[in-house]
Amino acid sequence: MAKLTNRIQPDMIMQSYLVEAFKGVALVTRQFARNLFGRKDIVTVQYPEDRRPYTPRFRGKHLLTKRADDQVRCVACMLCSTACPANCITIVAAEHQDKDIEKYPTTFEIDLLKCIYCGFCEEACPCDAIRMDSGVHTLPTLTRRDQKSGKIDLLGLAKLSTSAQGGEFRAHDHAGTQHGQSTPH
Amino acid sequence: MPTTGNLILDTVLYTLVKFAGFVLVFAMGVATVLTWLERKYSAVLQNRIGPNRANFGKFRLGGLLHMIADPIKMLFKEDFTPDTPNPWMFRLAPFVAFVPALVVFSVIPFGPGEKMMVANTELGILFIFAIASLNVYGAVMGAWASNNKWSLMGGLRISAQMISYEVAIGLTLCGIFMIYGSTDLQDIVVQQGQLLWGMVPAWGIVTQPVAFVLYLACAIAENKRAPFDVAEAEAELTAGYWTEYSAMGFGLLAISEFVEVVLIGCLGATLFLGGWQIPGVHGDSVPLVALQIGAFLFKALFLIWLQMTIRWTLPRFRYDQVMRLGWRILLPLALVNLVGTGIVLTLIDRK
Repeated sequence: MAKLTNRIQPDMIMQSYLVEAFKGVALVTRQFARNLFGRKDIVTVQYPEDRRPYTPRFRGKHLLTKRADDQVRCVACMLCSTACPANCITIVAAEHQDKDIEKYPTTFEIDLLKCIYCGFCEEACPCDAIRMDSGVHTLPTLTRRDQKSGKIDLLGLAKLSTSAQGGEFRAHDHAGTQHGQSTPH
Repeated sequence: MPTTGNLILDTVLYTLVKFAGFVLVFAMGVATVLTWLERKYSAVLQNRIGPNRANFGKFRLGGLLHMIADPIKMLFKEDFTPDTPNPWMFRLAPFVAFVPALVVFSVIPFGPGEKMMVANTELGILFIFAIASLNVYGAVMGAWASNNKWSLMGGLRISAQMISYEVAIGLTLCGIFMIYGSTDLQDIVVQQGQLLWGMVPAWGIVTQPVAFVLYLACAIAENKRAPFDVAEAEAELTAGYWTEYSAMGFGLLAISEFVEVVLIGCLGATLFLGGWQIPGVHGDSVPLVALQIGAFLFKALFLIWLQMTIRWTLPRFRYDQVMRLGWRILLPLALVNLVGTGIVLTLIDRK
């Protein structure tokens, strides 16, 4: 089937361009006056002051969650760094003093220049310890070194997580909850 | 009695003061404001906000300070010279483009009497043509000396375009000379104060309506601004003839474009909108003269606004369309207008 195009057949007046040009000038002037005096159609967002809200599913800068006693939730199981397709997570583990908790990370570093924001790390995490729901996107820095987000920095955005620790799946706790949301304990 | 030497010195000083007042304060002032106004105006009519960030502490003044911030920024930027066999020509080009644009203001009558123009010369409009045509050398020199293919193509386009439209604009304005019988701009303005049929002011737009439209089209084309900005054509030629310019070299080329916008406004007001004439107002008392200067500025600003609006309304013509418009439409129309004016004038003379 031939493609249907509805073309305007220009007549002499239209082709002379003069009338059309002045119609255009009138249109532009009307829009200018409306934006200046009347109803404003201006769509610009004054960025640093006004921000458009991100969706709740937006994957922003990573954060490490905390336990109720303000300690980091991460148990340095390396599942996130294993899952990471960009190899941007570096974890150094150490023994935890608390006998119930096996390990904790002494270093937890994410190279944000390497990160592709795929979200595999938060999916892999059995402890709800790493999340990307901070709503902060990565800001430019002057050096590459500054793009490596260390443990302290990640905790800076920290949220309290009260989901089940340890990764054991308890059906009655998780019933009806979505992935990524913390479950009330 | 003043000696001849003193007289010459006085004349020179007096002329310099007038030049500073009319050209540097008015023309450069308006051109500088235009650098901000153009961006702000285009932004508002396109549903944007436009420049509004430059500030003195809490005072933003709607971004008006950008016109100060921009030159400061340009002065401190790296002044890059490309690897070219003609660095001196590359450096010279912005000045060649900038100076003629300023000098032509000398013969524009800003108000009644000799005092209101820098140089009272009978050449008037011929002087403007002679000097304003030098402008093309600046752009072409810059384009050629940049040693850059985009610049070179931009330069070729400018030279073809400006020469084509120079012919059309010259023939267009011949109609004005024929009607007013003078090339002296002050003389033309004085004659525009008469009334036709006892009611309509004998402004150029009334006696030569076709010429006004042709003048506007040709003048915008000569100034190589949209919709005739094929020389710059950022979509095709990066930035055309000023691709390689940075810092104040770019600043000069850009401001000379705005100065020309002001010039086209002033010249159009002088030739077609009756200059400083206000219909029905005659006399030479001080408040009246001030009013007449105000009328001239208002008319010039109106034409500047019209140029700006046309620029932000119409898309760029293709290069072959620009050439066809110049040679096959505007030039024949200018010739027809000229012949028609001649026939009408002869018929009127016979009566």
